[in-house]
Amino acid sequence: MEEYIVFMRLDLLTKDAQPSPEQMQVYMKQYQDWVGGIAAQNKFAGGKGLATEGRVVTFNDVVTDGPFVEIKESIAGFIIIKAASLDEATELARGCPILKGEGNSVEVRKISAVHPVG
Amino acid sequence: MNDLIPHLFRTEYRKIVSVLCRRFGFQEIEVAEDIASDTFLTASQSWGIEGVPPNPVGWLYQVAKNKAKNHLRRNTIWQEKIAPDIQDHAPFSGGADIDLSAQNIMDSQLQMMFAICHPAISAESQIALSLRILCGFGIDEIADAFHTSKDTINKRLLRAKEKLREAGIGIEMPEAAQVEVRLEPVLATIYLLFNEGYYSMSKNKALRRDLCLEAMRLCTMLVENPQTNEPQVNALLSLMCFHASRFDARLDDHGELVVIEAQNTDLWNTDLISKGGYFLRNSARGQALSRYHLEAAIAYWHTVQEDTADKWENILQCYNQLLQLHYTPTAALNRTYAFSKVHGKPSAIREAEKLDLKNNHFYELLLGELYTGIDTPKAQAHFHNALALAKSEVEKQAIRKKMVPG
Repeated sequence: MEEYIVFMRLDLLTKDAQPSPEQMQVYMKQYQDWVGGIAAQNKFAGGKGLATEGRVVTFNDVVTDGPFVEIKESIAGFIIIKAASLDEATELARGCPILKGEGNSVEVRKISAVHPVG
Repeated sequence: MNDLIPHLFRTEYRKIVSVLCRRFGFQEIEVAEDIASDTFLTASQSWGIEGVPPNPVGWLYQVAKNKAKNHLRRNTIWQEKIAPDIQDHAPFSGGADIDLSAQNIMDSQLQMMFAICHPAISAESQIALSLRILCGFGIDEIADAFHTSKDTINKRLLRAKEKLREAGIGIEMPEAAQVEVRLEPVLATIYLLFNEGYYSMSKNKALRRDLCLEAMRLCTMLVENPQTNEPQVNALLSLMCFHASRFDARLDDHGELVVIEAQNTDLWNTDLISKGGYFLRNSARGQALSRYHLEAAIAYWHTVQEDTADKWENILQCYNQLLQLHYTPTAALNRTYAFSKVHGKPSAIREAEKLDLKNNHFYELLLGELYTGIDTPKAQAHFHNALALAKSEVEKQAIRKKMVPG
């Protein structure tokens, strides 16, 4: 089993795109059902949600507020999963409920092992 | 007297061993055990002739103290006359400081718990040693609980003690900063001890119940001590109270397992349910969320008798989080069952098929349940698989009940 990281990218900027507290609760349950399903297969290795508060540091030491670069989608959270291949990891990532929202995306990246096992 | 000595053995043996062992050091745990056993032998001989003394417990402590003093005196002679070169030994003061006060008994038992649950020995050795030294179980009872021979248990106990000695484990409370870390294996041992009783297929009903009660007693000791009264300890005690509340309803008159939906709720122990609630509230302090918190919350929701949407939604969310903290196949299966209650059987079948639990009869049983009412031949096929894989007669009986006759 290899480890893969799944970044979840959402539009955290546009006001109209932000969910109401009720919607948020529904989304949280969907999110937990998705992660719970991965964990039930013993393929969950960790993960965190990220607060919208943040800073971005760019060339010439320019610091701006927020985790936002020039595009609308920012990383809202990530989970680390265990999978036998990139294809399997992608299949697990496809269940992520944020993909029901237009413009949202997830990115699956293999975590390269610094110290290969064995 | 026939009942008194076995009863006292169960309650007092461990106290005497813990106090003496703390005084002698773990190196001499066998001596402590011998003195404790010897004390009960003396009691059965002497009480048989002279009758039971007015204060049997005090009598036992006095005799144990005398025997310990004799041992220490012999040791002193050895130390002073035979091995005068050995400087590093703490001087023996003739045994006057064998302290069998309530406080010292309590402290010694707690410290013994931390010593026995040291990660240097395997989980099953920790349980066996706990049963012997902290719970005062006989070797044959432990063998029965583990479905193995007395010989195996004796060897396991000897090896475990040897390992603890080699590792130089002291009988002492860990430092405050270490308590949380060292609590983990202690709680894990208590939890395993409880499960050994709760899920055991042993024919011996009284023994199963005793194992659970002993686990709860050990956990209560931790809750009563300010140093170890942590949220996760309360959560574990809460969890055990909720489970134990259903003890009488879990098996029918023929010793067959009764699933929770079919249990006679009149047999649920309401006193234990409210205790479970009390400790669950106590566990809700601080930021830490342990697996015991989530399992206690699940057990709480199972005491809610009506099948509400709220109930199953909460159970599902607890399982989702529990699996992220601590994966077990059982939790994966139970989560899928809760998932079917919230999202319906067809979606749950898709979730179940992702689980890689072939050759697990509970998995086959779950698939049988999920296909029931949707695809009868498939449901029956899975029940057949479950029946073939089930190990005990009690489980087979429960599966047969679900199958269509003929």
